[in-house]
Amino acid sequence: MARITRDEVLHVARLARLELSDDEVAKFQEQLSDILEAVSKVSELDLADVPPTAHPLEIANAWAEDEPRPCLELGEVFANAPDREDDHFRTPPA
Amino acid sequence: MIETLTLTAERAVRLLEAKEISGAELYAAYLDAIGERDPDLHAFLHVCDDPGGDGLPLAVKDVIGTKGIPTTAGSKILENYVPVYDATVIVNAKRHGLRIIGKTNTDEFAMGSSTENSAYGPSRNPWDPSRVPGGSGGGSAAAVSGGLAPWALGSDTGGSIKQPAALCGHVGLRPTYGTVSRYGVVAFASSLDQVGPVAKNVRDCAYLYSVIAGRDANDSTTVDVPEVAFPTADDLNGVRIGVPKEMNGAEGIEPGVTAAVERAIELAESLGASVEECSLPKSVDYGVACYYLVAPAEASANLARYDGVRYGLREDGADFREMVMRTRDAGFGDEPKRRIMVGTYALSSGYYDAYYGTAQKVRTVIKREHDELFRRFDVLVSPTSPTVAFPLGAKVHDPLAMYMNDLLTIPSCMAGLPGLNIPCGLSEGLPVGLQLVGAQFAENTLFRVGHALELALDFNVVPARYRT
Repeated sequence: MARITRDEVLHVARLARLELSDDEVAKFQEQLSDILEAVSKVSELDLADVPPTAHPLEIANAWAEDEPRPCLELGEVFANAPDREDDHFRTPPA
Repeated sequence: MIETLTLTAERAVRLLEAKEISGAELYAAYLDAIGERDPDLHAFLHVCDDPGGDGLPLAVKDVIGTKGIPTTAGSKILENYVPVYDATVIVNAKRHGLRIIGKTNTDEFAMGSSTENSAYGPSRNPWDPSRVPGGSGGGSAAAVSGGLAPWALGSDTGGSIKQPAALCGHVGLRPTYGTVSRYGVVAFASSLDQVGPVAKNVRDCAYLYSVIAGRDANDSTTVDVPEVAFPTADDLNGVRIGVPKEMNGAEGIEPGVTAAVERAIELAESLGASVEECSLPKSVDYGVACYYLVAPAEASANLARYDGVRYGLREDGADFREMVMRTRDAGFGDEPKRRIMVGTYALSSGYYDAYYGTAQKVRTVIKREHDELFRRFDVLVSPTSPTVAFPLGAKVHDPLAMYMNDLLTIPSCMAGLPGLNIPCGLSEGLPVGLQLVGAQFAENTLFRVGHALELALDFNVVPARYRT
């Protein structure tokens, strides 16, 4: 199997919103190649007629009554917030 | 003098009911044990003062949210996070009067098999502190084996309750998927994550399971659970035990582990069980590859929530995107980053079908193989871990070698099945774990078999170096 390129590592890191250092990019290029090669073993099997399993229980739907319940107080909602302005989470500009 | 190393939860309840000890004395005895032994073991990330009451203390893995008590998941990104609500399992534990004595160490976001991926440093094995206690729930395991708590809660995605229980020599249950609520638990891989009990013996384990199990309106994957039957029988008459040859003959299983497991299987036969070899041809061969696609893919989605906006770490950035990327780079350690990268790659455009889609089909193959065996058998047995506890640092630079620790615990996790570890002997002076896997919702069968075997094995759960 082809090794992962440096550009692919940077592309995936951008998708995952990770700012990696140069050392990390080099290390993950090696390690991701090894790991993906190992897990590619799944493609050896003939799976033509096999349906996928997303979840080990056969539950189709879980219904609940649509009843209002109390929610967290605003003080609790913001208790762990890094930054806040009034009743909003404050972030740097998009 | 309360000897926490030998005291079972069941015995502690009797002593409390008979007023031979008070709730305050009991709690203090565990705090003393923590003061004495936790500097060596580093089982706890946070220790709590006695909240009062007569319930038993409970150690809680630090991925389980506890109102007003820091919950870090072993990560710097949650270093100062204090939940404002309790996880459902904590609500249930408190309803039974249990007192949270502390939060136990874990590999970061429960990703690992040794606790060496904890951002707060590794825990150590009570049998030999130069060795790992297993992971990710090594803190809960070290706490129970070290007599720092009568029992504990863990979480298990691919073996994080069973494998540390094996390496530290006590009992751990990964319950059937859907039996225990994950509401309020830090999510790793949602189609696999389960919360479960860690205890000194099977009856304590069954009791703690009965406390936490049940349908929860806040977790729509939970279902109604059969009532727990506390095991009493000392025989195994009528029990059909399957011995999957691939699970027992896999490459990398240490000879001392095989020997201890074979002795336990012979003992089971002498207790009246029928024992027959069987086969899981694809589950062992493809389980690890399947798991290390499915779990990282789900983790990459679950860990997207750590963006520095609502809670957790925030690093400065000129704009929103830069803030998010710097926060995640600074907050996540090596292993979460590696799994986020693998998972994001496996889910990315052009690769989804080849990796994640294929892994989900392999998961069906694994599930069907197990379903087939449970038509003929009540329990499948094997070693829990291929090896006894390994030295700290031995595998830390080789992710793929570390992943192979989960070889024997992963297949049943992928199939959503319950698995129980009980200690079955020593190899090179270190505990060997026996894995009992049951059909969906067959926890009571595991308790029965585990209890009868435990009585016959008579394993001393007190680490040899602590015996007086």
